[in-house]
Amino acid sequence: MSRQLQAAGVPLQINSLSVAYQKKPVLRNVSLEVTEGQLIGIIGPNGAGKSTLIKAALGLIPKLEGSVLVYGKPYNEQRKLIGYVPQRESVDWDFPTNALDVVMMGRYGRLGWFRRPGAKEKAIAMECLAKVGMAELADRQISQLSGGQQQRVFLARALAQDAKLYFMDEPFAGVDAATEKAIIMLLQELKGQGKTVIVVHHDLATVKEYFDSVMLLNIEVQAFGKTEDVFTRSNLQQTYGGRFAFLDRQEDEELTLLSGKGRG
Amino acid sequence: MQSLLDMMTDPNSQWILLGCVLLGLCSGVIGCFAYLRKQSLMGDTLAHSALPGICIAFMLTGTKSILLFLIGAGISGLLATFGISWITRYSRIKSDAAMGIVLSSFFGLGIVLLTQIQHSDYGNQSGLDKFLFGQAASMIGSDVQTMLIVCAFIVIACTLLFKEFKLISFDPGFARGLGFPVGVLEQLLMFFIVVAVVVGIQAVGVVLVAALLITPAVSARYWTDRLGIMVVMSGLFGALAGVVGTWLSSTTASLPTGPISVLASTLLFIVSLLFGPRRGLLAKRIVRSRARQTLMEEQKSRMRDLVKEGSSL
Repeated sequence: MSRQLQAAGVPLQINSLSVAYQKKPVLRNVSLEVTEGQLIGIIGPNGAGKSTLIKAALGLIPKLEGSVLVYGKPYNEQRKLIGYVPQRESVDWDFPTNALDVVMMGRYGRLGWFRRPGAKEKAIAMECLAKVGMAELADRQISQLSGGQQQRVFLARALAQDAKLYFMDEPFAGVDAATEKAIIMLLQELKGQGKTVIVVHHDLATVKEYFDSVMLLNIEVQAFGKTEDVFTRSNLQQTYGGRFAFLDRQEDEELTLLSGKGRG
Repeated sequence: MQSLLDMMTDPNSQWILLGCVLLGLCSGVIGCFAYLRKQSLMGDTLAHSALPGICIAFMLTGTKSILLFLIGAGISGLLATFGISWITRYSRIKSDAAMGIVLSSFFGLGIVLLTQIQHSDYGNQSGLDKFLFGQAASMIGSDVQTMLIVCAFIVIACTLLFKEFKLISFDPGFARGLGFPVGVLEQLLMFFIVVAVVVGIQAVGVVLVAALLITPAVSARYWTDRLGIMVVMSGLFGALAGVVGTWLSSTTASLPTGPISVLASTLLFIVSLLFGPRRGLLAKRIVRSRARQTLMEEQKSRMRDLVKEGSSL
C-alpha cells in the first residue's frame, strides 16, 4: 500500500519493459523512474528504440513484457494526465482542416464520445495557439504552414490536452532556430508549472543546455540520471559505439559539441 | 425538361431515381473518409471480393434479396480485408500488391460461381449477371426501402461520429493516445464501406462501384479545405451524379443507368480539377502568372531606381 502511495507521486514508472517487432527485440528490459517537474531527454543512435519507448509507454504498440505506471496507475486509466506530440511526418498535412481545428483535437479526449467541440474548446485552442505564437494563423489551412509552424501546431495541440506528463517525439526535428527557441521556452514554462516532459532528442550539442535528466538508450538503457552525471564521453561512446568515433577524431569539435555551445 | 417531369411522375422511375440518389449520397459521404485514409483502392477490392459472397448467398437460398446479398457480400468482403491485413503482416508484401492478389482471386472465384449459376437450373437465374455491370432499372420498391434504411444509418453514424472519424483519418496514433478505440472505429468505417459497396452493386455493378466512393470525394476536395463541407459536397456530388444517370438513361432507351452515373461523376471531377478555387489547374495558373507579373514589376521599378540614382550622380 505504501509503495502504491509512493508510486502515486511518480509521473512515470517503467518496469523491465521489452518490445519486439516481429522477432527482433527493439527494447530490452528498460526500467525507468521519472521525477516530477523535469525535462528529460532520451538520446541514442538511429534504431535505438527511442520512439518505440514513447509509443510503448503510451500503449500505441504492444509490449512483450513489463509494466508502465503513470502516477501509480496503468496508463489507460490515466490518459487525461498524458499529452503526446507525435513526429511531424506521421500525418498527412494536406488534410482538409485548419490550424485551430487540429489544436482542438487535443480536447477530444475530454469531450468524450459524440460531443462536438464548442465555444469553450475553441477558446482553449486559441489560447494554446497564442502560447506558441500562432494565434494569427489559426484559420490557415495546415498544408500552407511551414515545417516549424506545423510543429508548433502539434505542440499547441498537446498543450490543449492540459496534461501533467508529456511525451514528445523529436519536436526539434527540422525546425529553424527561432522555432527551436520558442519550443524550448515553452517546455521550460511547462516545467515551471510542475509538469514533466519527456523528449526524444537528436542534437547532442543542446542536451546539456536543455535537459535536467537524460537517458542514453540503445535497445537497453545505457545510462540514466542527471544530465551532468550521465552525459559523459564514455557513456556516449558506449551508447553510440563506432558511430561516435567520428566525433572523437577532432578533440576540439567534440568539446564544443559536449559543452553545448556549438551546434551539431 | 419534359422528360425530367415524366420521370418524376412515373412511380417506377421514382424508385430508381431515389435509389440512385441515396446510393450516390451515402457512398459520397463514406468515400471521403476512405479517400483521406488513403484507402481509395479498398472500395474496389471490397466490391470485387463481394461477388463470390453474393453468388454463394444466391446458391444457398435461391432467392434474390438485397439483404441476403448484403450478408454474403459482407462476409466475403470481411474475409478479403482479413486476407489483406494477414498478407501485409506476415510477409514483406506491401498493401497495394496484397490488394491486387486478393481482389483478383476473389473476383475470379466470383466469376466461376456466376458461370456455374448461369449454366445450372436455378429458378431465378436471370439478373444475377447484372451484378457485374449493374442495372439500376431492376431496382424495385423493396430494394430502395432497404437502401433508404442503410443510407440513413450510414449518414447518421457519420454525423454522430464525425469528430472521431476525422481524428482517426488525420492522426490515428494521437487518437489512440487519447484513448479512442482506433481499431474498432477503423473496422466500423470499413464495415460502412462494405455496406455502401454492396448496396451500390445492384445499380452500378461490381466493376464500377468503387468510382462512386472515390470520385465524388476527390472532386469535393478541390472546392474546400474543411472536412465537414467536403463530406457534404461529396454526398451532394454523388446524389447529383445519380440524378443525371437516371435521367439520361430513362430518356434514352439504350443507356445504362449506373455507368452513366459514374461518367457524370467523372465529368464533375474534371470540372473540379479545372475550376476548383486554389487547387484547380486554372486557379493555379492564374496565381502563377500574377506572381510572375509582380516579380517583373518589382524588377522594373528597381531598374528605374537604379537609373534614377545613376542620373543623379
